[in-house]
Amino acid sequence: MEGAVVLLDFWPSMFGMRTRIALAEKGIKYEYREEDLRNKSDLLLQMNPVHKKIPVLIHNGKPVCESLIQVQYIDEVWNDRAPLLPSDPYKRAIARFWADFVDKKIYDLGSKVWKTKGEEQETAKKEFIESLKLLEGELGDKAYFGGENLGFVDVALIPFYSWFYAYEKCGNFSIEAECPKLIAWAKRCMQKESVAKSLPDKEKVYEFVLHLKKVYGIE
Amino acid sequence: MAKSDGEVKVLGTWSSPFVMRARIALNIKSVNYEFLQERLWEGKSDLLLQSNPVHKKVPVLIHGHNTICESLIIVQYIDEVWSSAPSILPFEPHERAEARFWAAHLDEKWFPSMRAIGMAEGEDARRAAIGQVEEGLVLLEEAFGECSKGRPFFGGDRIGYLDIAFGCFLGWLRVTEKMTGIRLLNETNTPHLLKWAHRFCSDDAVKDVMPETEKLAEFAKMIMGRMRGAGKS
Repeated sequence: MEGAVVLLDFWPSMFGMRTRIALAEKGIKYEYREEDLRNKSDLLLQMNPVHKKIPVLIHNGKPVCESLIQVQYIDEVWNDRAPLLPSDPYKRAIARFWADFVDKKIYDLGSKVWKTKGEEQETAKKEFIESLKLLEGELGDKAYFGGENLGFVDVALIPFYSWFYAYEKCGNFSIEAECPKLIAWAKRCMQKESVAKSLPDKEKVYEFVLHLKKVYGIE
Repeated sequence: MAKSDGEVKVLGTWSSPFVMRARIALNIKSVNYEFLQERLWEGKSDLLLQSNPVHKKVPVLIHGHNTICESLIIVQYIDEVWSSAPSILPFEPHERAEARFWAAHLDEKWFPSMRAIGMAEGEDARRAAIGQVEEGLVLLEEAFGECSKGRPFFGGDRIGYLDIAFGCFLGWLRVTEKMTGIRLLNETNTPHLLKWAHRFCSDDAVKDVMPETEKLAEFAKMIMGRMRGAGKS
């Protein structure tokens, strides 16, 4: 179980944040290494030759790639504390379904919100809010998607909260106005040390997005 | 929660590799199920729309009161509910992560690259698309070496998660080989995968649910005809 844990990451990555949260929830000590994505380290290229992407979790010298796979790995290895997936197979299937939904929808739609303008942006905003509303429906009256405690879907989704301010500024809309329950859930998650320590400041993320827009020549 | 009691149904089509994953997993566990065939070209059934309102896609697994969507999630559910041997996912966490990684890669990168061959317009585009698929297969040949460690399947001595995730595409791969005249799996570049493919398709859990290449090829012609027609209008 014990053995060196290294995380190759990039501070604004929502995917990296998921793994940071999972490690923090389990109280695992690890070495955090910031990658410069324009100049990827040899270690990154060696540990993730197929995609060459962060985050990469390295445990006892062996890599685990893809954030949701990393979260499940962490949950399975450090299975004596803070369970992230439920023990019932059907509840696990539901949790995996919604985490997969977050992967399929939220990143791409969120990206479109800050990258596009006009009609395209309006469509992206609409679909983005629709997806968040579906997630609100799944949350229901629970404190967290995981019930009384943070679970797999909470970990999958909460990192995007650090990007909401940037989406709102770029898209000129209020996510809280449309999805108040979801924002209430997000604020509840931010009360947790594991989450607060793992998410960057929203202003920093917004500055980063503005920088990216310059680099890509958007607007 | 009821274990193997409760009716099991699979909502799907005979041609979908994703539906095949669910059926292979149930066969491995010797679970009887009812196969409810959707005729997707005639419109989706009420049952499908009700049981998968978010994505409206097959496969859907209905187990008693439980409805499960997304093929890889279904396979994991089946493995966890019918937990008596044989296991589908590897036991060791790093091997599980590796199996999940390659399964995700297949769905997100490799299968879309194979579909792209059929949609490519012009010889250059076609060649490029074929090149991508061949590169992908070389990666998978390496992965086979790492995962199987000299044994017959990705999962070891018997079919496991990654065998199911990849093997379900063999019917469509053979159709693509027929269409392009190129042997994508071959002795030179993918000798181990070539042998694995035969083993996989002959397995008891697979042989009755793997569609015949001829039938799939005819079906492919029909879909492509419809899609090209739709694209032009």
